[in-house]
Amino acid sequence: MIRYEKTAGLTDKKTHYCPGCTHGILHKIVAEVMVELGILDKAVGIASVGCSVYSYEYFNCDMQQAPHGRACATATGVKRVLPDNVVFTYQGDGDLASIGIAETIHAANRGENITVIFANNATYGMTGGQMAPTTLIGQKTTTSQSGRDPHTQGYPIKVSEMFQHLKGVAYVERVALTGAQNVNKVKKSIKKAFQYQLEGKGFTMIEVLSTCPVNWGMSPYDAMQWVTEKMVPEFPLGVYKDVGKDD
Amino acid sequence: MPKKLIKGNEAIALAAVKAGVDAFFGYPITPQNEVPEYLSKYLPEAGKVFLQAESEVAAINMVYGAAGAGKRVMTSSSSVGIALKQEGISYIAGAELPCLIVSVMRGGPGLGGIQPSQADYYQATRGGGNGDYHLLVIAPESIQETVDYIKEGFDMADQYRNPVMILVDGLIGQMMESVDLDKPVPLRDKISKPWATTGTVNHSGRNVVSSLFLDPQSLEAHNLHLKSKYDLMRTNEVRFELINMETPDYVIVAYGTTARIARSSIEMLKEVGINVGMIRPITVWPFPKKAFDLIPSSCKGILVAEMSLGQMVDDVEIANKGRFEVAFYGRTGGIVIDPTEIRDAIINFKKWVRD
Repeated sequence: MIRYEKTAGLTDKKTHYCPGCTHGILHKIVAEVMVELGILDKAVGIASVGCSVYSYEYFNCDMQQAPHGRACATATGVKRVLPDNVVFTYQGDGDLASIGIAETIHAANRGENITVIFANNATYGMTGGQMAPTTLIGQKTTTSQSGRDPHTQGYPIKVSEMFQHLKGVAYVERVALTGAQNVNKVKKSIKKAFQYQLEGKGFTMIEVLSTCPVNWGMSPYDAMQWVTEKMVPEFPLGVYKDVGKDD
Repeated sequence: MPKKLIKGNEAIALAAVKAGVDAFFGYPITPQNEVPEYLSKYLPEAGKVFLQAESEVAAINMVYGAAGAGKRVMTSSSSVGIALKQEGISYIAGAELPCLIVSVMRGGPGLGGIQPSQADYYQATRGGGNGDYHLLVIAPESIQETVDYIKEGFDMADQYRNPVMILVDGLIGQMMESVDLDKPVPLRDKISKPWATTGTVNHSGRNVVSSLFLDPQSLEAHNLHLKSKYDLMRTNEVRFELINMETPDYVIVAYGTTARIARSSIEMLKEVGINVGMIRPITVWPFPKKAFDLIPSSCKGILVAEMSLGQMVDDVEIANKGRFEVAFYGRTGGIVIDPTEIRDAIINFKKWVRD
C-alpha cells in the first residue's frame, strides 16, 4: 500500500505562505531530500530575509536566521567551524541576487562546501511585489509600474549563468516548479547538490524558478503558465556547471 | 612568564589565541592589520579557522554564523569598518550570541585618516546598529590591560551571551610595550552552549538562532529579557580606576590612551602646586557613574579629556548630576594630546568649561 505522509523534514508549524505559492513545494522537496539522505540531524539551515524568513520554523533541523543578503556569509561561518555538518541556505532573488550578491559570489568563489537553494520568483514577495533584480523586461511591479525599463532599471540578472564561471562552484542547475516532471527534476538536482556537499566537492546552488501568484496578480494556474512562457525563455533551464560530470 | 616586548596588534592576536579563540573573520583596515596578519598564521597552525572575508559586512555575518554554532569567535576592525559591521552587531546582540569585537579607532568621519583617535566612543557605546541593545565595551589604557581584557572578554561574552567590544585606538595597536601574555585573569564559570546550532544529533530538540519577533508583545518581552542582562552588566561589570582622589583640586576624566597621557599631566601639575585626581573609566559601557559620587566636595571642577571633540563628556555630565563645573579639552583628527595640553587646560580651567 502506498500511503502519503508528511515528511519528517518539516515541522508541524503551519506555513504563512500565500495560497498557490511554490515555497511550500520547495520546502517539502528540500526536507524530503534531507530525510532520504539521512542528513536531517546534522543539517544547519540558514533562513534569509524575504518570504522565506520563517523557513527556520518549518525545516525540522537546526536553523539560523541571517540578516538580509548575508545567508552565504553566515553559512560560511557555520560550515567553517562545523565542517562535518551539512549547511544550506534558502534564499530568494532579492536576498541572493541584489543585497547579497557579494556574499553569494564570494562564498561560491571560495568553494564553500555549502548548498544554496535559490528561489527565483522575479519579485520581492514579502514587501509587496517590488521590482527584483530578476524582474523581467516589461514586467509590472509596484516599483516598476510601467514595466521594467532596461534603460533606467537594468536587466534581469542571470545568476546561474554568472556562477558557472566561478572555479569554486561544483554544481549549479536551474530548474522550475512547473508540473510533475519538472518537480521531479527539482528534487533530483537538490539531492545531487547535497550529495556533492557530503562528498566535499564545493559550492552547489540550485536556482528554482518559482511563482508568486499574489504579487503577480494571477491565479496559481496562470502563474505556472507565466513561468513556462515568460520566465523560462529569459532564464533557460538546465545544468550550468557540474564538476561531477568529468569524474 | 617573562615579559616580552610586543606590538599592540600582535598582542591582541596572541591574547586571542591564549583565550582559545576558535575562529577569526575579518577584513583589512589600518591601523589593525597586524591582528588578522598574525592570526592568519597562528590559527591554521593550531587547527583553528582564519578567514579573510570579502567585506566587513560579510566578516561580521560569518562571526554570527560561527558564534551561533557555539564556537569562540572574534573579529577586529577600525572605525569605518566597525561602521559596516553594525548591522551584524545588532543581529548578534538580538540573537544573543557571544563574540569579541576589537575596535582600533582612527580619525573620522568618513574615510577620515589612519592616525589614533577616540572619535568612535558614540559608535561603541551608543551603537550604530538598530534597536535596544548594548555592547559591553572595555577601553584599556595599555597593551597589558588590552591582553588581560581580551582573555576575560571572551568569558564575559559567553556569560551574558552578548558581544563584548575591546575599544582601543591606533596608538595602542601600533606601539610596543613589555607584556606578560600569561598574566592570570579572573576566572569565570565555564559556560556550556546548549542553544548552539550544531545539528539535532548533538542535542535534544531543535535549536534556532534568530532575532525576529513579529508579534510586538513577544518582541517587547525579548527586549525586556535583554535589558535584564544589561542591568546585570551594570551591577557586575563596571570597572574604573581612581587616581589621587583623596583631596583633589580638580578631577580629570579620561580613558584609554588619553588617560595614560593624563597621568603625566597630573605629575606636571603637582610641580606647580595643583593637586589633580583622575577617574579612568575602564568599562565605557556600562559607564562607571558611581565613581562620580566619590569626588570630594572640595573639588573645583571636572576636566574631561578625549581624542575627539567631546563624546564621553556626555556620560560624564550625566554622572556628575550637576555637582561640579565640567570642562572639556580634546584634540581630534588623529592628533595625540600632549601632556602639557591637559596641564594647561587645568591651569586655564574656566576657559574650557562647557556651556
